[in-house]
Amino acid sequence: MTRTVLWALLSHWRRALLQLFTLIAGLALATGLWSGVQAINAEARASYDVAAATLGEGRYARIEAASGGEIALADYVALRRAGWQVSPVVQGRLGEVRLVGIEPLTAPGGIGPGAEDADIAAFLSGVGQLFGRAEALDALPALDAERVVAPDVAPGTVLTDISVAQRLLERDGVDALLVAPEQPLGRADLAEIAPDLALRLAQDGSEIGRLTDSFHLNLTAFGLLCFAVGIFIVHGAVGLAFEQRRPVLRTMRALGVPLGRLVALMVAELTGIALVAGTIGVGLGWLLAASLLPDVAATLRGLYGAEVAGGLTFRPVWWLSGLGIAVLGTALAAGAALWRIATMPLLAAGGRRAWAMADARSARWQGALALGLIGVASALALWGDGLVAGFGTLGAGLVGAALALPLLLGAVLAAAARLARGALAQWFWADTRQQLPGLSLALMALLLAMAANIGVSTMVGSFRQTFTGFLDQRLAPELYIETADDAQARTVEAFLAPRVRSVLPLASVEIEVAGLPAELNLARPDPTYPENWRFLQSVETPWVRLAAREGVLINEQLSRRAGLGLGDAVSLGPRAELPVLGIYGDYGNPVGQVIVTEALFAELHPEIVPRRFGLRLDPDEVPRIRAALIAEGVAEAAITDQAALKRFSLQVFERTFAVTAALNVLTLAVAGFAILMSLLTLAALRLPQLAPVWALGLTRRRLAALEMLRAVLLAALTTLVALPVGLALAWVLLSVVNVAAFGWRLPMALFPAAYAQLGLFALLAAALAALWPAIRLARTPPAALLGVFASER
Amino acid sequence: MLLKLRDIRKSFPGADAPVPVLRGIDLDLDEGESMALTGESGSGKSTLLHLVGGLDRPDAGRLDLDGVEVTALDDSGRAALRRGTVGMVFQQFNLIPSLNVGDNIAFQARLAGRHDAAATAALAERLGLGPHLAKYPEQLSGGQQQRTAIARTLAARPRLVLADEPTGNLDEATAEAVLDTMLELVAETGAALLMVTHSTHHAARMGRRLHLRAGRIA
Repeated sequence: MTRTVLWALLSHWRRALLQLFTLIAGLALATGLWSGVQAINAEARASYDVAAATLGEGRYARIEAASGGEIALADYVALRRAGWQVSPVVQGRLGEVRLVGIEPLTAPGGIGPGAEDADIAAFLSGVGQLFGRAEALDALPALDAERVVAPDVAPGTVLTDISVAQRLLERDGVDALLVAPEQPLGRADLAEIAPDLALRLAQDGSEIGRLTDSFHLNLTAFGLLCFAVGIFIVHGAVGLAFEQRRPVLRTMRALGVPLGRLVALMVAELTGIALVAGTIGVGLGWLLAASLLPDVAATLRGLYGAEVAGGLTFRPVWWLSGLGIAVLGTALAAGAALWRIATMPLLAAGGRRAWAMADARSARWQGALALGLIGVASALALWGDGLVAGFGTLGAGLVGAALALPLLLGAVLAAAARLARGALAQWFWADTRQQLPGLSLALMALLLAMAANIGVSTMVGSFRQTFTGFLDQRLAPELYIETADDAQARTVEAFLAPRVRSVLPLASVEIEVAGLPAELNLARPDPTYPENWRFLQSVETPWVRLAAREGVLINEQLSRRAGLGLGDAVSLGPRAELPVLGIYGDYGNPVGQVIVTEALFAELHPEIVPRRFGLRLDPDEVPRIRAALIAEGVAEAAITDQAALKRFSLQVFERTFAVTAALNVLTLAVAGFAILMSLLTLAALRLPQLAPVWALGLTRRRLAALEMLRAVLLAALTTLVALPVGLALAWVLLSVVNVAAFGWRLPMALFPAAYAQLGLFALLAAALAALWPAIRLARTPPAALLGVFASER
Repeated sequence: MLLKLRDIRKSFPGADAPVPVLRGIDLDLDEGESMALTGESGSGKSTLLHLVGGLDRPDAGRLDLDGVEVTALDDSGRAALRRGTVGMVFQQFNLIPSLNVGDNIAFQARLAGRHDAAATAALAERLGLGPHLAKYPEQLSGGQQQRTAIARTLAARPRLVLADEPTGNLDEATAEAVLDTMLELVAETGAALLMVTHSTHHAARMGRRLHLRAGRIA
């Protein structure tokens, strides 16, 4: 019996190939977009983890020079003699490759060459060995050291013995000392042995991982939205398939097929389809990830300095999760339909209900549910707290808006029908309204796709605009220089003082504020700051009061995390407790920051001589000053002009945009596909509705044109609804999710031209989707239309 | 006795109170017998047929079919009864549109585990469906579709054939031809036949006739 019933169930798809294609394609696209994004995330995270494992980053405390320079060999030796279990690390770049030198005998466990057959003697002696991935080793210039392929080493990194690294990098000192977790008791304090060095405590997880979380969170949110769009397509296809089979299922039950067996076989049938579509989807996701990953890797490298391999690795976890999400999505999409089958009375009306034809009662329920969800979203946005509330707002708001769409469109079309003059116009509006239930799922998919596009574009655009403004603020000096040592710093500053408008020293030191890690920066009293910096909140004349040592400035992250507001005291040491004078935006920086005036900084940290300077001068003077500095012995690479820095930063954003734009286009394409499939599926059901109008004198060509117009009109109305939904989505991402996840809020900017362009794309997608069904209608033979009037079949 | 009904009662929910449809029906039908069930619309004919076929349950009374107390069966028991003992012919044909005529005819026999390819082919030939076995239901005329539905029922060799206005959707000439074939084949298989009809002419061709009026035997 099982075989017979399964055969009969599957025979439906043989006769409804388009429907099967819609179902598989929708599910595959949804899974593909989701798993593609997951693949990118998984690959990037795996790269960070390898990087963290290679360098012990985050896992071990580090000792670094307080001024940011090298650690002298003598300090290292002094610490070892005092009992400190520390291991030196030196880092530098050889061409495009990062070279990391470690001391394997003293390095904490788990750090070092990852190859299982690593020969420690060869690593330490002779010309040395270079461990790295094949592509990193290939990118090295010609060197005498032996190259050993080690896939476990971080992408773009080559690991070697510290002496080899120093020789190749032409360096004497070390960059940092890794501090082993187990340390002998009673050892002398770091400040006694090496007062110039500072201890950075171990952190939970990889620092790079936290830095890039924002990017991945956005990608994940985008992947989820794409998946939701796909699931709408699947829901439509499954709903239609089940609706069409209702009479057949009733017949089968009447002929003696038990309900339980029937439902179980339908679940098996759908699971099989989900697995096939899921496999295709994961393959598509792989292709998507492979094509986007080089751009993502470049973005992450530029934005956060994180190295991510440019290629994909086979990761069974995301293959399995892709298949899992396909099955889950099918269950979500088909759950309601299966439930209807399972609870359908055997003697229910056997006639075919119009597909998804909502009666007045279900429309009321849908309206109530939509209102309820929008209410929940608003309440969460206003009073909720944290990431869960943020994502709850997003989910409830988007689903609520999608459910409300058909009702809104229905109301608009009803109003248009009332205003219509002439028989054809009246028929057009009434017929469009009748089409709405059949098209509503596709239009909901379009709404979600458009809202996602508007939301994510607004978010990324706001980020770019804010960050550009922020760069203008922070990169106000025309030139930046970095001196080699304290002596050169003093000489250069004296040299520059009479030649430029202002010399702004830059230095920072790591401190703790309210138990949180933060960095202390200095600001020299200068008009540059009040002219360029913008505060989120501040007292009157904050810069004047800062210069008078009456307080400090803090960034938004520190303000939110430590709960510090204007006037609250910040403790910078036993004798320095000062109120907050201003809070400034510090976008993209994960660390809290405090700014004090230069004199106070020097008093708190007399050991630090600022070695970096920002120079204010006439832009025309830049080439002359640059040449003079080089003549004074400042390395050419240590002089950066502001324009180059900005150009670099903006390039990073362009790459981010490239990824976002690619995903935007894909989501819109998926929504267009949803419309196409709905129109094609409805085309067959449309004949009985169109045939009487044709018989009354409307040509097939005219009918086809009206069908096109109808699709474009519905897409236009959907676009109008999508705009506020997308802007609300952007607001939640910027003001709720971003704040909860990263501690800073981005001001929201609007991009009307981009929205208009997106609207045009949506109309184009709808027109293209409607084109094929319209052509088919225009070419429908009169016999097919006449068949509608035949009573026999 | 193949079929025995005693004091069968059935009501359906109404706006204010349950509406009684069957008010105590007694009925006996032997193997090989044929009976017409007639009555006005709403008299309870189809409801009675559905109860006998195990598609629905009575509110009260006892129904025995082939020695099995149908009223005591659960859903799966009644499904097994429909599969193995009863065959149904519907006014709307209720063929499976995605299966061709051959597969439709064999469908219930396969469910019942009594499929015999040669016998099915012979049955199809007798019903004039031989040239149409590879076609799909939508490609057939109404008469051909009903003959397919009859073939589907008889190929499963049921003990009792229930027919709910099987010619109600057909023109007079086609209806007569279809009924001739059905009566002939049912008689050959030795099954009993209980047929709902509005036609007094068709009812006259049955061995017995039971007329229902307002849920009671008139």
